[in-house]
Amino acid sequence: MKKFTKLTSAVVPLNIENIDTDQIIPARFLKATTREGFGENLFRDWRYNGDNTPKPEFVLNNPTYSGQVLVAGKNFGCGSSREHAAWAIQDAGFDAVISSFFADIFKGNALNNGLLPIQVSDTFLAQIFKAVDSNPKSALEVDLENQTVTIVETGAKESFEINPYKKSCLINGYDDIDFILNQKQLIEEFEQAR
Amino acid sequence: MSKTLVEKIWDAHVVKSEEGFPDILYIDTHLIHEVTSPQAFDGLRKRGLPVFRPKQTVATADHNVPTLNQLLPIKEELSRYQVDMLTKNCAEFGIELYGLGHPFQGIVHVIGPELGITLPGKTMVCGDSHTSTHGAFGAIAFGIGTSQVEQVFATQCLLQSKPKTMKIEVNGELEKGVGAKDIILYIIAQISAAGGTGYFIEYAGSAIESLSMEARMTICNMSIEMGARGGLIAPDQTTFDYIKGREFAPAGEEWDKALAYWKTLYSDADAKFDSVLTFDAADIAPMITYGTNPGMGMGIQEHIPATTAQPETEKVSYKKALDYMGFDDDSSLIGKPVDYVFIGSCTNSRIEDLREVANFVKDKRKADNVTVWIVPGSKQVEQQAKNEGLDKIFEAAGFQLREPGCSACLGMNEDKIPAGKYCVSTSNRNFEGRQGQNARTLLASPLTAAAAAVTGKITDVREMLEKV
Repeated sequence: MKKFTKLTSAVVPLNIENIDTDQIIPARFLKATTREGFGENLFRDWRYNGDNTPKPEFVLNNPTYSGQVLVAGKNFGCGSSREHAAWAIQDAGFDAVISSFFADIFKGNALNNGLLPIQVSDTFLAQIFKAVDSNPKSALEVDLENQTVTIVETGAKESFEINPYKKSCLINGYDDIDFILNQKQLIEEFEQAR
Repeated sequence: MSKTLVEKIWDAHVVKSEEGFPDILYIDTHLIHEVTSPQAFDGLRKRGLPVFRPKQTVATADHNVPTLNQLLPIKEELSRYQVDMLTKNCAEFGIELYGLGHPFQGIVHVIGPELGITLPGKTMVCGDSHTSTHGAFGAIAFGIGTSQVEQVFATQCLLQSKPKTMKIEVNGELEKGVGAKDIILYIIAQISAAGGTGYFIEYAGSAIESLSMEARMTICNMSIEMGARGGLIAPDQTTFDYIKGREFAPAGEEWDKALAYWKTLYSDADAKFDSVLTFDAADIAPMITYGTNPGMGMGIQEHIPATTAQPETEKVSYKKALDYMGFDDDSSLIGKPVDYVFIGSCTNSRIEDLREVANFVKDKRKADNVTVWIVPGSKQVEQQAKNEGLDKIFEAAGFQLREPGCSACLGMNEDKIPAGKYCVSTSNRNFEGRQGQNARTLLASPLTAAAAAVTGKITDVREMLEKV
């Protein structure tokens, strides 16, 4: 799994609430049997017209915005459990997603792929959107070790929560399967005791 | 110590619990399908691992299969490849597959219960968010991502933090024409599409207890639509009667043993929930959604809430949703013409749903402006419908009875609603583009969908029932 420690980057703002995984990656792109290549269809129907021409008003088509951090409205990633959503975001070059609320399954899927979901307060989220609104190149600093996110320009900083086990997985780049495989004897004992 | 039902089942499946780490939770049954499993099988190959407990894994093809001419080769190349890949992976790793053409094939959340695979007290997972359906039997069942599918393949366990618990009680009697789908759409509209996030929900109360197993499955199915990981209902005589005699259900001495255990599966009277909500069944009308998430629902006679009435931060998203749907603030949906009616999906494609629709449309005919698709949840449901002559009723009404699959619920196969068209759907999600690019979905019960099919417009089904 991809490691994550610290990054400083401009952000791509998507100030919409309840973004579901059908928007992140529509079902018709789930026919692929590998993990790669979903990035080109990230937010496909918001990003392109029916005739595949780009919609210039959509933020991913606006060259003013770039960066490894996607910032979105609350309840991000609701709906379908498709891990393809996390793969698509990562494949499009993002390493972290910031929102004031994440749907459970998406959050788990992101963490299992080294894509860091950062939950901030509604107030801090509004501050980020405001900073990017006045300066599209406005950068954020994400520090996983110290669990902080900082708006570089203003110095405004907020702490975020992360399960300590998941944090160490991200920092070291190991995953749940590596962890559970070491417990196989316990699992077999559990089965026999039932 | 008194425990909730969730705690009882959870605690019985914890292999290891350690401070600072998620629990290692043992999974009794792993259901898989063609769309979210191929990358997990690939992962096993890369790690050189077998499936640890293949006999506790069951596969079917449902998400990406055609619902017409299922015995012919799948026309679309990518879909054919994906379905073939499942067959190949199941053969290689020793997993039982109910693929196309098999009499047990169907939507994964329909076949588990009807085959007696879904049982009280089990832990069950599937790479699909509607796995919560199985909670109707008093099981802990939830959807997982593909990395977790690989995890369960490799270890028959999942790393999971114990969820918070919520109890939702619905008491009293439902009005005629109001059913389980209306109950769950009502609850979601009350607490929002994120209101259950982080929780496992136990549904209780007299209105829930009086429901059939099919209806309970409809309720638990949509738990994820308020963000909950799962939903469940304590098993009772209705549950036991449903299970008894099914293909893989315990029998003989095993049955007696199982039944004795199942009877211990309820929340203790003084068990503590992290949250408790109570609703009155009499307040629930036939429901319909007007927006682009399942929380945007209302009683069918109500008017769409105004954008100005929304919280400041939500106005933009709210307006975007109404614009997508082509609806105005404060308008009524009654009389609004519809183009398609879809009766199917893991929410409402069981025999009881088909019977209810058939009973309603008998001697009626669909309106000329509407295309009606009925997609049964499984081969067994399809067969049962034919045995009962429901197919003849549908044919006479101009409804097309197709073959089993997820179909227009997610529009992965060719069953798509065209751009701009309105579809009254018994499925679970009204997201933008869910049923096809720019398609507009209105979620409703099978009865409300059937009423729209007959009148060609959004109709309060209660008015049609009174005429009977």
